[in-house]
Amino acid sequence: MIVVLYLIVSILIGTTLFFNRGKAVNYTLIWVFIALQCAFTVYTCMNYNKTDSTYFTFDSLGIIMLLTATIISIPAVIHSHIYIEESEEKTPRSRATYFGAMVLLITAVSAAYLANHIAVVWIFTEITTLSASALIYHHRNKLALEGTWKYVFICAISITFVFIGILFLSLSFAKGGSDDLSYKNLLAHSSLLNLSWLRLAFLFIFTGFTAKLGLFPMFTAGVDAKDKAPGPAAALLSSIVMCMGFVGIFRFYIVVANTPLLHWASLVIGIAAFLSLFIAAVYMIKVKNIKRMMAYSSVEHMGLVMLGIAAGGIGYYAAILHIVLHSFVKSSLFFQYNQIYRIYKNKNIYQLGNYFKYNNTGAIVVLLAFISVTAMPPSGMFVSEFLIFRSLFESNQLVLLLVVLLLLTLIIWAFAKNIFKILFIPAVNFDESKVPVVSPWRSLSQFILIGGAAYLGLNPPLIFVDLIKDSILLLPH
Amino acid sequence: MLHVLLIVFLISLFYMSIANRMTTYVNVLAMQGILLFFIAFIELKHINTVNLILILLETIIFKSVAVPVFLRYVLKRNHITREAEPYLPNFVSLIITTVIVVTTILLSNTMEESYLDKMYFVVALSTLFTGLYFIATRRKIITHVMGYLIIENGVFVLSLAVGNEMPMLVNLGIMLDIFASVLILGVFLNKIGDVFKDIDVNQLTNLKDY
Repeated sequence: MIVVLYLIVSILIGTTLFFNRGKAVNYTLIWVFIALQCAFTVYTCMNYNKTDSTYFTFDSLGIIMLLTATIISIPAVIHSHIYIEESEEKTPRSRATYFGAMVLLITAVSAAYLANHIAVVWIFTEITTLSASALIYHHRNKLALEGTWKYVFICAISITFVFIGILFLSLSFAKGGSDDLSYKNLLAHSSLLNLSWLRLAFLFIFTGFTAKLGLFPMFTAGVDAKDKAPGPAAALLSSIVMCMGFVGIFRFYIVVANTPLLHWASLVIGIAAFLSLFIAAVYMIKVKNIKRMMAYSSVEHMGLVMLGIAAGGIGYYAAILHIVLHSFVKSSLFFQYNQIYRIYKNKNIYQLGNYFKYNNTGAIVVLLAFISVTAMPPSGMFVSEFLIFRSLFESNQLVLLLVVLLLLTLIIWAFAKNIFKILFIPAVNFDESKVPVVSPWRSLSQFILIGGAAYLGLNPPLIFVDLIKDSILLLPH
Repeated sequence: MLHVLLIVFLISLFYMSIANRMTTYVNVLAMQGILLFFIAFIELKHINTVNLILILLETIIFKSVAVPVFLRYVLKRNHITREAEPYLPNFVSLIITTVIVVTTILLSNTMEESYLDKMYFVVALSTLFTGLYFIATRRKIITHVMGYLIIENGVFVLSLAVGNEMPMLVNLGIMLDIFASVLILGVFLNKIGDVFKDIDVNQLTNLKDY
């Protein structure tokens, strides 16, 4: 009942936000929602492994992702507040729509993490498309419309793909004798699944969820969306929404992995992951828009995560660790982006530069986030990336490992070239006289997120390790 | 009878691939809605009456009346030219559609011990891929939307095939239909028509990487 209650209250808050344009009401309601979200997260942790309202189970994977989402949503709201209040074109209507959509997005994503039935995950994925499109369309100009249109259209097609996958899955399960498509039931009867239908089902479900995960072939939607969405919304899109795509694929992958199709499914995932890395490397070299660069970096990391899944073994553990750490680091980079934009009023790398001079604290955040995102040693992502490489090594994929390392070198080179340009090299024709002063306190949440990622990577608390291990328990070792 | 309807559905795809005018597309979509109405009526025998009425209403009112009327309205309001302007000549389109259908027939023969009438599988998958092909080769945004609607119809055919055992999935399919169509058609096609005067995908190329 608690999940249903949570959903009802959140949707009520969302719709009230949407229709009530009062400033005080808006900000009170959004904080009420955050309090609700925290309370709900605590409740799920206390009721570990229990099933609620038939369709939701508080299992370890769901709890890890829900905790991540809740932690990121707090700074997301803070930065949204700053962003909305400082934006020049703010109207009560755009503020109300923005926060209403954000509440709906966080709620839908949280519910999708916990859902134990593939159709329920699918429903909440649909809702995230709706709410994310409202966030992307925030600026209501031509470019935002173009980005939103592409996002909505590609997501609509990919949602249809997932639905076709579910239909094939039901055909594959025709022998199972029941119409219950929950993951638990599918796992219990995995020997009854018809393999040729299951193959088709996996192809369609995987392709469909790649739009949310940001993987080849449907990654384009996410890149355009993150480019046009406001910074804090882009932070949510590149962290918690990507986790949702991951959960959608991973839970179904567990089912497939317990059938003879394990190697075939890993091959499919591996090919998509490798192509994502390749595409990310190519675009990172060319891209001149800092926000798109960060979005392509997300594509790269999702490629690495799925490579870990494809390699198996320690790779499963590393993949979940990596996606959690990536969520923290990438969201902090997107939060920081708004401060950069405030100073330069531009996101073209040629127009940015000498950031250390104008915003010292912010520049340190960018530098630390860069070190984390490229997985250099003191950062937490180094550990998870290293484990992914180890899993590739252990599964005897040496050629693949070498090519991946080569691509990563290219990506790091491209990333470093642009970041160091922003940090140290003076910008062309930049008018220094009107640089606004940004309070260093606004970078606090970014420090906490990056520090948290380093802590979780280098010295993970035992309970976190246990949760990850428990969520990969059902996979063959 | 069921097979006749499904084959007519398949033929409508061929007709669409060589059609030149936008209004023809709209008419074929409306006709597909009516065909789906009859297919659902014949196929779904073991489903409870209220649910069946809901499904039938969706096909007849939503698919074959509301959406075509709305598409006509958009065509008129935005002064969209009557030609479909495909990137490829109609002859090539026809060949590609044929190849798609033949491939799905071959694919359906590889599926062993099937619980499904293969006709459904062939029609649904060919509709799906033809819709994708339409999206890839047509120039206007509104034809992209029509391609998406074709895909939706294909999905609906497939969901009818499992509809007797799992009526929930048919309902989900209807939800998808209404949700996505309203989102795509209602909100954005209208807006795009306001902002970009001649709605052509070539205008949607400003989000670039360099």
